[in-house]
Amino acid sequence: MNDAHGNGTPRYYVPHSSVWPIVGSVALFITAFGGVSFIHQSTEKVAAEGSYGAPIFYFGLAVIAFMMFGWFGAVIRENLRGMVSKQLDRSYRMGMAWFIVSEIMFFAAFFGALFYARLVSVPWLAGASNNLETHIRLWPDFADTWPLFMTPGGDSTTAMEAWGLPFINTVILVTSSVTVTFAHWALKKSQRIALIGWLGLTVALGITFLVLQAVEYLHAYDELGLTLGSGIYGSTFFMLTGFHGMHVTLGTIMLIVMWLRCIRGHFTADNHFAFEATSWYWHFVDVVWLFLFTFVYWF
Amino acid sequence: MSAHAESVPSQRHPLVAFALRWLLTTNHKEIGSLYLWLSFGLFFIGGLMAMGIRLELFRPGIEFFDPEFYNQLLTLHGLIMVFGAVMPAFVGLANWMVPLMIGAPDMALPRMNNFSFWILPFAFALLISSLFMDGGAPNFGWTFYAPLSTTYGPPSTDFFILGVHLMGISSIMGAINIIVTIANMRAPGMTLMRMPLFVWTWLITAFLLIMVMPVLAGVVTMMLTDRHFGTSFFEASGGGDPVMFQHIFWFFGHPEVYIMILPGFGIASQIIPTFSRKKLFGYHSMVYATASIAILSFIVWGHHMFTTGMPLVAELFFMFATMLIAVPTGVKVFNWVATMWRGSITFETPMLFAVGFVMMFTIGGFSGLMLALVPPDVQYHDTMFVVAHFHYVLYPGAIFGTMAAVYYWLPKWCGHMYDERLGKLHFWTATFAVNLTFFPMHFTGLAGMPRRIPDYSLQFADFNMLSSIGAGLLGLTQILFLFIVIKTIRGGKEASARVWEGAEGLEWTVPSPAPHHTFEEPPVLDPEASH
Repeated sequence: MNDAHGNGTPRYYVPHSSVWPIVGSVALFITAFGGVSFIHQSTEKVAAEGSYGAPIFYFGLAVIAFMMFGWFGAVIRENLRGMVSKQLDRSYRMGMAWFIVSEIMFFAAFFGALFYARLVSVPWLAGASNNLETHIRLWPDFADTWPLFMTPGGDSTTAMEAWGLPFINTVILVTSSVTVTFAHWALKKSQRIALIGWLGLTVALGITFLVLQAVEYLHAYDELGLTLGSGIYGSTFFMLTGFHGMHVTLGTIMLIVMWLRCIRGHFTADNHFAFEATSWYWHFVDVVWLFLFTFVYWF
Repeated sequence: MSAHAESVPSQRHPLVAFALRWLLTTNHKEIGSLYLWLSFGLFFIGGLMAMGIRLELFRPGIEFFDPEFYNQLLTLHGLIMVFGAVMPAFVGLANWMVPLMIGAPDMALPRMNNFSFWILPFAFALLISSLFMDGGAPNFGWTFYAPLSTTYGPPSTDFFILGVHLMGISSIMGAINIIVTIANMRAPGMTLMRMPLFVWTWLITAFLLIMVMPVLAGVVTMMLTDRHFGTSFFEASGGGDPVMFQHIFWFFGHPEVYIMILPGFGIASQIIPTFSRKKLFGYHSMVYATASIAILSFIVWGHHMFTTGMPLVAELFFMFATMLIAVPTGVKVFNWVATMWRGSITFETPMLFAVGFVMMFTIGGFSGLMLALVPPDVQYHDTMFVVAHFHYVLYPGAIFGTMAAVYYWLPKWCGHMYDERLGKLHFWTATFAVNLTFFPMHFTGLAGMPRRIPDYSLQFADFNMLSSIGAGLLGLTQILFLFIVIKTIRGGKEASARVWEGAEGLEWTVPSPAPHHTFEEPPVLDPEASH
């Protein structure tokens, strides 16, 4: 299918059929079914009998991982065989860019919740705008503060300090965005050792970030009394940083895969889209973190 | 073809070969057909639930279902029709037609295309299986407002949440594929402003999908953590707010309702010029109007919440922003009418459905304008008037649009002409029935009949009985539609490549039925012809 036509450019490669998407669909279904059962069997609201949820859930995740190995492997082999035309390369680039746009909107939903809580629901519960009557009838003692130390229901918590670990993490993540760019420059100049070095450093910084984030969570739960259940402050704090942490984890795995592929010599100075896609993704998690640091930790 | 082995050897048992062909396909035409059949099937399942609703409302009193089950029917009817019938039908049309209309060999990312489709049957299996679970199916309406869906939702709510996640993944991948296809796969010479309007409207729809489906994923995730992990997003005692759910939901929800109508606009803009034998009037203004509608859709969500607690300034803002949408929509309706003006019009079935679409969608648009006004909306809110409004934009709007497209392109897909007499019969009975079903709801709503309640006051009895009779007839007309489609696939007069005398566009340059692979070599466009 990659036979040349007319002007010598390869045709757009349309795979004949593929087993991976249906494997992925089944895996997503297994994961979703197992995940819900797991939640029902391990939390209080439904408190369902049984313990089959967890293994089904993990099995589903394993099948998703298997699917990704297979699918990406197929794409990598096509690329190494030279079946990827300029036009197909552009499709991959655009696809990745729009995927990142959708990720931005996912975070936008949670940032929206954060801003709504800070600007609307918490002040209103304390009687702002025309809500004085509500305030007096429901929770007359509630005061509008952010971070929300005392919820209307009476749960208290402590705020996470911005200039300790979170600031160190900011420095780490920004640095890693720089090192991944250095790696990219090295790749473009075909400097193999520098590429592997800078990319390895990026991976190390990513892992350090995740370890420090885990330390910070332990600190929050054990010493600050800041948990997922401590009112809207805790909810927005952990959901935003938690989803960001999941994205950093995914980004780090992607970087590790790229590092291994660099060692195997998969990339050339002008053919390394997978590397670029990973670095775009890494910059994206970095920028999200800057917003998090500003609005969750700092102000 | 030599570079990789055939994955489906022909020696397999025919049933296995058949299953593998459809499970593993990467062909945009096959995946388009899969989408359309799934949508058709779910349309009947959702329709059956509508029959249940209208059966209960046939006469006052609780006669057939207890209110709990009525709520479940109502919820699943809405969810299945929105996410299962209307959206996949449009995606199916996009899969079939976008590559043909822009001269591309296939969708840009064919494997992901298969993935987008095959997630959906599993998502709807999760959703529909909730009917058989302890505690019953979700019962809070398709808008799943907190705290009905968080504090008070049945256990099956979590399966619904994961189902929505799967639908979201599918929609986002589908939308990315369509955008990339349109941006990257156009034949040389097919500039943006020469694209057929169906392609334009889908480009804009896909953009909306990418922007709002992740927000829907976010809000159902918050529901999940509120339900099980102690967060307080929608819980006032923790500093959150149930109204916040409505804000996030409708930030998704309002663009979503345009996702369900913009491709219909595109379809009308393809069909009306063909059967008027004229070029589309105001092509450029159509493109700009569609883009304006899409952009405005992001700043009008509050008009769904006029009675749920917002400052007056916000209500006024949302009111005026909403009324602004009437301007680009008016441009579109004007252009369709101006296209027909002094054309040599014939009324084949696709044209009938397209003209019906324009007229009856406009009725829904007008009632929407009424609902946009804050002072009267306090009266209309949560009444059958709202039900009448959105069923007018969805049934004679989105669904008639889809049917127009099916009649218009079916000869291209299967190589046979449908039975024109039966098509006309389908149109006229469906038009009669859809108006009999939904028009009386305007009156009952304005008189104060609340929506989503299985019983009603005696003075609404006559109108409700008319609605229910109309609904039954409407259901029957769609069985006729199924019959017509199957009959056309199995045989009929052979269709020419161009099919319609006045049809223009690349899809009419390939034979009917369209061969498995088309435009493997990009077509050459006539540089003179343009809009």
